[in-house]
This record gives sequence, structure tokens and C-alpha cells, in this order.
Amino acid sequence: MDIAIIFDNIGIYLEGLQTTAWLVSLSLLLGLVLAIPLAVLRTAKSYAVQAPIRAYIYFFRGTPLLVQMFIVYYGFGQFEVIKTSFVWPLFREAWFCALFTFTLNTGAYTTEILRGAIEATPHGEIEAAKAAGMSRLLMLRRIVLPSAFRRALPQYSNEIIFMLHGSSLASVITLVDITGAARIINSRFYSPYEAFLTAAVFYMTLTFMIVFLVKQLEKRWFAHLQPQKTS
Amino acid sequence: MINLHGYGPSILEGTFLTIAVSLAALALSMLLGILGALGKLSGSLSLRLAAQTYTTIIRGIPDLVLMLLVFFGGQVFINQVAPLLGYEDYIDINPFIAGVSTIGFIFGAYMTETFRGAILAVPRGQIEAAYAYGMRRDQMFRRILMPQMIRHAIPGFGNNWLVLVKTTALVSIIGLDDMVRKASLAAGATRLPFTFYLVVAFNYLVITSISVYLLRWLETRYSAGVIRA
Repeated sequence: MDIAIIFDNIGIYLEGLQTTAWLVSLSLLLGLVLAIPLAVLRTAKSYAVQAPIRAYIYFFRGTPLLVQMFIVYYGFGQFEVIKTSFVWPLFREAWFCALFTFTLNTGAYTTEILRGAIEATPHGEIEAAKAAGMSRLLMLRRIVLPSAFRRALPQYSNEIIFMLHGSSLASVITLVDITGAARIINSRFYSPYEAFLTAAVFYMTLTFMIVFLVKQLEKRWFAHLQPQKTS
Repeated sequence: MINLHGYGPSILEGTFLTIAVSLAALALSMLLGILGALGKLSGSLSLRLAAQTYTTIIRGIPDLVLMLLVFFGGQVFINQVAPLLGYEDYIDINPFIAGVSTIGFIFGAYMTETFRGAILAVPRGQIEAAYAYGMRRDQMFRRILMPQMIRHAIPGFGNNWLVLVKTTALVSIIGLDDMVRKASLAAGATRLPFTFYLVVAFNYLVITSISVYLLRWLETRYSAGVIRA
């Protein structure tokens, strides 16, 4: 082990950390924005509304993230229609393809998490909302969604960690995230332990930070649900 | 039908390799999972600590990083250790072994949690009764604990298996000829990446759909005799 390699090249890792951070947080944010309306529609009674959402979820949850990323990054270039359209300058870029795939992927998982939470809304709350004369939209905004978010949070924190770990795949399509930094160091110095163990430490630290932050969030938002302290 | 330009058999070969890697990794992960679960529930503090460290570390590190660490790091490690044992030639680490052991090791941690939960779901009285009848530890495990914990383990086990199959796509990165890599080769030669990756995605959907069906059958089978509310 030669720790000096890492200290001399810590800059690459910090750059990688930056890439991982924005890639993961932006994908999660956009995925969540996508998932909220989809989850609501997914609980609709109409089959015509449900079917396309189901197909989307089935595809993105049933296939590996790596293959999805390859379809977008390598695959879209197969079509002249896309190559000559205005979106091509974006889909030509590795960072955009990664962001695009990650967003759709986490969107699918988040939709399922939220759907479960929405369907678990106690029936009485909805009846009460109706009895109080709320419209569907108002009921969604005031009653259903806030309590669904609360129920979804523990599972969503798992999804955040999965996305963090999944983002390491971005290094396969040339992006220099934390894993990409490790691969550069490994190929430059032929020092796999140093390179990948450092990356592992970075990811572990991030994972524990996320777990800790979500715990704090739970305590703050859901203080009324914490187990009662018996005096 | 989609024209695969003669690469169909090659993709199919890759599909079989994907399934082989998945099953081998599954076997390893189940072994590690059972050991991990028994470790977590054991009376010895050092065993509990070891199992806890194992699951915590695995859940903190991405699969890809672990796989690259095992593949590249294992290569260096073996070639440092082998000469000490009097072995002179340079050893190439086999990507199949690297892939299977990494994936098995990762999912061993998830299986540990699944099996631990399943063991805890078996009523304690059953185990006490087994001992009261004078069964030995292994008899109790085989006759009482095992048949009842399987039922509780199947849902979690099924989830782990579905995620495991998808994780095997990563072995293409370390040069194993699974279906993703076969698709990459075909895509490079025919300039039809979308077609080939979509075919592979479809193959994954087929494998997972069949798995879901089989798992449901297993669950019904092992729930025989359980009264549903």
C-alpha cells in the first residue's frame, strides 16, 4: 500500500466527488418530480391511464441500469431522426445520457414507492376530507400526499442509497465520478488497492451521511410518530 | 421479427452465461447468507461483530467498485502471494471467478438480513419444543427451523434474486462474455447498438418474469398448511 499516491492525487477524487454529488442529487430531484404525478395517476381506476405507467415501471425495474444506460448512450445514435433533431447535442454528451437514464430509473422506483404509500392512506382520512368538502386536488395536496411522503421516507432513503451506488456506472461511459477517478488512478499507477479502497471509503462516508441525515429528517418531520418515551 | 444479422446464437450463448453466473453467485450468496444470519444471531460477541461488519461494509460500497477491487486487486494480490508459495508463473485472474465471487459476496450480505428475519419469524416455542424432545442442534435446524424459515425467507429471497440477476450485467465490464458484452460486440460490428441492447433488455425481462412465476409457485407450496386470514 502506498498512501502517498492518494494524497498526491486527491484532487481527482474531489473532482469525482463533485460529479457524483451533482449527478445523484439532480437525478433524484428530477426523478421525484416525475414520480409524484405518475404515482397519483398509477392509482387511477382507468386502465388506459395505468397501462403506460405500468409498462414504464416494468421496463425500468426489470432491466439492469447498465443496459438502460447503453441503450441511451450508444443506442439513440442509431436513429437518423434523433441524430438530426435538436436534442442530439444533448444526447451526444455522456453526462446528459447518464442524467437522463438515472432520472428515468429512479423515477420508476420512486413511483412504486409512492404508489404503495398512497394506497396505504387510511380510508377514514379520505372520507373525512370528502366530508369536509375538499376537491380531489385539494385532498391530494393537503391530506394524501403529505401523509404518503411520511410513509414513503424509510423506503425512499434506500432508493437514495441505491442511486448513489448506481451512479458509479457513469464511469463506464467515460464520466469521471468517484469510481471514474479510481479507475484513472488504477490505470496510471497500477495500484488497485489504493485506488478502489479510497473510492470505497468515499462511498461509505456518503452512505452513512445520507442514513444519518434521513434519520434527522425523520425525527424532525415525524416527531409526533416517534415511539413514546416511558418515564 | 428483428433482424439480428446472425448474432442471435452469440447473444443466446451470452444469455446462458448470464444465467450461469447468476446461479453460481446465488449459491455462494445463500451459503454466506446462512452463515451470516447464524453469526448475527449467535451468542458469541465476536461472531456477531464480524457479521455486522460484513453487512455494513457491503451496503456502503457500490457493486461496481467492489467488483473492480476484487478483479484488479485480486490480480495483484495473487501474484504477490503465489511466488511466496513457490509458484513462479504469472497468474491471470479468471473473470468468471472474480464476477461470481464478488456478486456472491455482495448478495451474501443481503441474504444475511433476509435469513436473519426469517429465523426470527419462527416461533421460539417451536425451537424449545425441539430441544425438549431431545433433538440435537443440527436435527432441530433440519427438521424444525429450516422448513419453517423458508416460507418467511421466500419474498426477501426473491427480491434479492431479481436484483442479483440484474447486477450480473456488471461482469461485462471486467471482460466476461455475458449477454451484455455479446451485445456490445454485435453492436460494434453491425452499428445497431439500440437493437442489440434492447434485445438484451428484453432477455432480462424474460428471465425476471419467469423467476417471479416460479417464486410465486414456491411461495404457495411452502405456505401449504398456513391458514390465511
